[in-house]
Amino acid sequence: MLLLITLQGITKIYRTSKVEVTALQGINLHIAKGEFVAIMGPSGSGKSTMMNILGCLDTPTAGEYILDGMKVAQASRKTLADIRNKKLGFIFQGFNLLPRTTALENVELPLVYAGVKRKERRERAIEALKAVGLEERIRHKPQELSGGQQQRVAIARALVTGPSVILADEPTGNLDSRSSEDVMAIFQKLHEQGNTIVLVTHEPDIAAYARRIIHFKDGRIERDEVLAKNMEAPA
Amino acid sequence: MNIVESIRIALKAIWANKVRSFLTMLGIIIGVGAVIIMVAIGNGASKNIAEQIQGLGSNLLTVYPGYFLYEGDGVGVMRSAPTLSLEDAAALEQGEHIQAVAPMVNTYEEVFLGSGNTQTSIYGTTASYLKVRNKELQWGRFFTDQEVADYKRVAVVGSGVVESIMGSMDPGIIGKNIKIRNVPFQVIGVLQGSSTGFYFEDNTVLIPITAAQLRLTGSKEVQEINVQAVSADDMQSAQEEIISLLRKAHKLGPGQENDFEISNQEDILKAMEEATRTMTMLLGGIAAISLLVGGIGIMNIMLVSVTERTREIGIRKAVGAKESNILWQFLIEAVILSVIGGGVGILFGWGGSALASRFLGFPAVVTLSSVVLAVTFSALIGIVFGVFPARKASVLNPIESLRYE
Repeated sequence: MLLLITLQGITKIYRTSKVEVTALQGINLHIAKGEFVAIMGPSGSGKSTMMNILGCLDTPTAGEYILDGMKVAQASRKTLADIRNKKLGFIFQGFNLLPRTTALENVELPLVYAGVKRKERRERAIEALKAVGLEERIRHKPQELSGGQQQRVAIARALVTGPSVILADEPTGNLDSRSSEDVMAIFQKLHEQGNTIVLVTHEPDIAAYARRIIHFKDGRIERDEVLAKNMEAPA
Repeated sequence: MNIVESIRIALKAIWANKVRSFLTMLGIIIGVGAVIIMVAIGNGASKNIAEQIQGLGSNLLTVYPGYFLYEGDGVGVMRSAPTLSLEDAAALEQGEHIQAVAPMVNTYEEVFLGSGNTQTSIYGTTASYLKVRNKELQWGRFFTDQEVADYKRVAVVGSGVVESIMGSMDPGIIGKNIKIRNVPFQVIGVLQGSSTGFYFEDNTVLIPITAAQLRLTGSKEVQEINVQAVSADDMQSAQEEIISLLRKAHKLGPGQENDFEISNQEDILKAMEEATRTMTMLLGGIAAISLLVGGIGIMNIMLVSVTERTREIGIRKAVGAKESNILWQFLIEAVILSVIGGGVGILFGWGGSALASRFLGFPAVVTLSSVVLAVTFSALIGIVFGVFPARKASVLNPIESLRYE
């Protein structure tokens, strides 16, 4: 079993002028390659902070974060940008597509920053859009797509660089139940293809798609639960 | 990611916000256009004046009654004195290097013919005027030395005057009696219209200087004496000759200053060039201020744009854009806006100059240097006023940007 993510004593403290808020208190966590993990917890439990640190959008106050063999906890902003580009794929609750920009161009965006040539970029973006079943919609702009379709474009954008980990923050939070099922079916498929997925949700039936559920409470891991379908035990 | 990608992204962003981009550019368009038009008008004016002066004849000298100094109680007082007379003009005709002499007096009067009337300059002069000032007649004849000597009430009029009082260029004016201060003058000739089209040149009435002094100015004073040297090479000797002849005529002792002044084409040309250069710089300076204001407009819009596109910046950062990528994107966007604005401004300036030429009556001259200056300046403005917003965009925190609504 290959370890992809190792967190050791990850602590995050937010300091404002007067108050100090501890969002994460010494988190230890291992995620293996190919795992499908759901993070659950009430609001204020630290799951969003966790997601930001996993996604290299934020750095921990203390602790060690090893992603795919690289120590990233104390990396520079430039290195973090590079890691986000090459090793991570983000999916957000609010889709976060560029407005007035076609689905194809949205999916191409990470490849632009990766320095991929135009022609190859186009081919890979079309490939990724096919993988989420949107090959008919590549010229559509976000405002011309349904919520479910927009989220699938976002998934294609996360996939297109071939990242080590796909991070999804409440990906079905803005979707109706049918679209949610569509989107989760794609996650299911991606998992079967061997992708590593970490998903934050507060809906138990969404979390149920995962093979392992980590419950957060007050900045700590309350429970680390492996679902019956799982083939191998977490570390 | 290379510069071509950055430019492509910037162009897309500009295209996605067409109206706002255009309004942003408008400041630069007007600024660059104004610089070009103003400098072109200034250049055109100075070129035109130079041509006018040269058109007067390259061997023309003008003598003015001089300013001279009274030294009473140790205080220097500048005074003008009516030191030139028709006798002086006659004396100058004796000069070896002098070909022709035309004394002049000038007044501004209302001219009547039937129901037509116009305000115009009246020049009193002699028969040499045509020769000295390089003028031609359209119709009729000029007055003779005899008519000058006889105080004849005859007049040669400019084409502008004919149009004003007859309603059109009508040769029927010859023989008519125009009235100046209720004194009738018979029109015997019409001057050819000036090629430069300057209004004041065509808006003149010429009458014998003797009649002008008697009927209009009421004094023996001569306001200026135009002297034509034999050739351009004789200018210096002619000038010396004028000085010695006039000093003799005015009975000036060795210790006394000249009580007259001589100016030649070159002096006038230099003075006029100096004046128009100052005017060009002034106009250009005012236009440059509008260019600066245009630049501040770009900065303003870019700052608004950074705020408005906070979320976009967050998205770009989330998918791997580095701070430098964002910095370049916004900087290039500002530069492109100002350079396109500059380009349109050049066309606008060019068109505006052509249009101005029509109204001014002389061609406004667009110079390469003003175009280069305006474009360089506008690109610089893009960079200078683009850096601040671009920097602001690049350091935005990605988490907060993504949360921004």
